[in-house]
Amino acid sequence: MPDAAKVRIAFRVNGSEHIVHAWPMARLLDVLREELRLTGTKEGCGEGECGACAVLLDGALVNSCLVPALHADGASIITIEGVAQGEQLHAVQQAFLEHGGAQCGICTPGMVLAAVNLLEKCPNPTEADIRNGLAGNLCRCTGYMKIFESVVAACKQQR
Amino acid sequence: MRAYLPQFELITPTALEDALKLLAREPGQWEPFAGGTDLMVLLEAGKLAHQRFLNIWRLKELHGMEETRENVTLGALTTYTEVQKHETLQREFPLLCRAAAVTGSVATQNRGTLGGNIANASPAADSPPALLVYDAELELLSARGARWVRYAQFHKGYKQMDLAPDELIARIRLPRRANVAPGFSPASWGWHEYYSKVGTRSAQAISKVCFAGAAQMANGRIADIRIALGSVAPTVVRCAKTEEFLRAEEKLTPAAVQKAQEILAGEIAPIDDFRSTARYRRRVAQNLLGEFLGSAVR
Ligand SMILES: Cc1cc2nc3c(=O)[nH]c(=O)nc-3n(C[C@H](O)[C@H](O)[C@H](O)COP(=O)(O)OP(=O)(O)OC[C@H]3O[C@@H](n4cnc5c(N)ncnc54)[C@H](O)[C@@H]3O)c2cc1C
Ligand code: FES
Ligand code: FES
Repeated sequence: MPDAAKVRIAFRVNGSEHIVHAWPMARLLDVLREELRLTGTKEGCGEGECGACAVLLDGALVNSCLVPALHADGASIITIEGVAQGEQLHAVQQAFLEHGGAQCGICTPGMVLAAVNLLEKCPNPTEADIRNGLAGNLCRCTGYMKIFESVVAACKQQR
Repeated sequence: MRAYLPQFELITPTALEDALKLLAREPGQWEPFAGGTDLMVLLEAGKLAHQRFLNIWRLKELHGMEETRENVTLGALTTYTEVQKHETLQREFPLLCRAAAVTGSVATQNRGTLGGNIANASPAADSPPALLVYDAELELLSARGARWVRYAQFHKGYKQMDLAPDELIARIRLPRRANVAPGFSPASWGWHEYYSKVGTRSAQAISKVCFAGAAQMANGRIADIRIALGSVAPTVVRCAKTEEFLRAEEKLTPAAVQKAQEILAGEIAPIDDFRSTARYRRRVAQNLLGEFLGSAVR
């Protein structure tokens, strides 16, 4: 079979409109990193297990390594670069800073987005809700407790 | 190794009719693409069997849920997140909501679909045992027309399905268990439901054994019972012989439970693989049956 043709994808990323041309099965992860140079979104496993590549797609947390960019045509995406309001960090980011929620930082963008998503869907999460909300994000450094504490602190901050 | 991207097609028909026509014109050439949570993993591993994909994600006919007095019908593209949020499902089909809640993590639940879980045909999938317990039926659509099949008869062998290359799974129908008054819950009719997934870790692990059961209890006796398991045979299985034995028992004595566990062992055919052993799976399946029955009489 001859090569497929590139397809046009128009979407909104962190509030600005973009048009890219990509292979039909290109991963959203690669389009964000390589076409838009938004390298805050990380690749860990490339198979949906680690959450390092998480972004918000029309308000839903997804792993961008498992989403063809074509599925984002017409969608609105928030990546880690779009979580802060200018210089003003999101409560979750501030809490990660203050409570040691990040070490090497590879898992951090995905962790922050998973936590932001959790607090949007469930502003007063129980301990079990927090564990469940972050269950798809792996961290090799912190041992998770500092991350957990950061999210608890962010909830208090938001109230 | 990662696949060579330019060789893959992913086309997006906007009308269901166009999708079915394409499948009819070149049957077997086009693989449906729903949420992609199974297919994209294969892409990254360079193990995709097809090169041409038919994007069904935007076909509105395959989304949504519908309720009548007799049935609740779900579009094949219903995601795990949608399943968990649906009030009627929570009340009347709790095992399906439990299955959805333990399938992957939030990000997977937002993209993974019931139709994809069924058509991926993994014997270790987590929603099929719940669908079997609820006597689900599938609507299969092609340019030739629509047909309904009982889900219990859909999986023919390991990764073999009663699904022609030009067919799509369109909808999943769940018969309601009684004439439905508003707010009806099967629990108030004596139904006791049990779901247990045993894996390496409680989040995001593929099942070693998955058990779904529902029993209608009346005066300490089993009036009706349904049992289905995943990861213990080449397909997910409904355990008709165990059910039949239990339905005929006057009382759930420890001896009856033991006998049921023996019958169950004869109905499943677990294997050794990298996730677990046949012996462990058989033992755990029996233990889960014991736990289910114990909780039903309590
Ligand atoms: C990290 C991770 C964790 C997971 N955890 C679990 C788990 O705990 N339990 C579990 O059961 N699964 C799990 N899965 C597997 C997967 O998420 C599910 O099987 C999901 O339901 C697949 O749906 P999809 O829409 O993403 O399918 P796709 O990847 O889009 O498709 C899967 C297959 O189904 C076919 N297909 C899809 N829709 C249709 C249709 N309507 N008609 C005909 N054929 C169709 C496709 O052609 C393909 O062969 C996990 C996956 C990942 C990546
Ligand atoms: S890189 Fe996407 S989940 Fe790990
Ligand atoms: S901080 Fe290093 S992986 Fe989490």
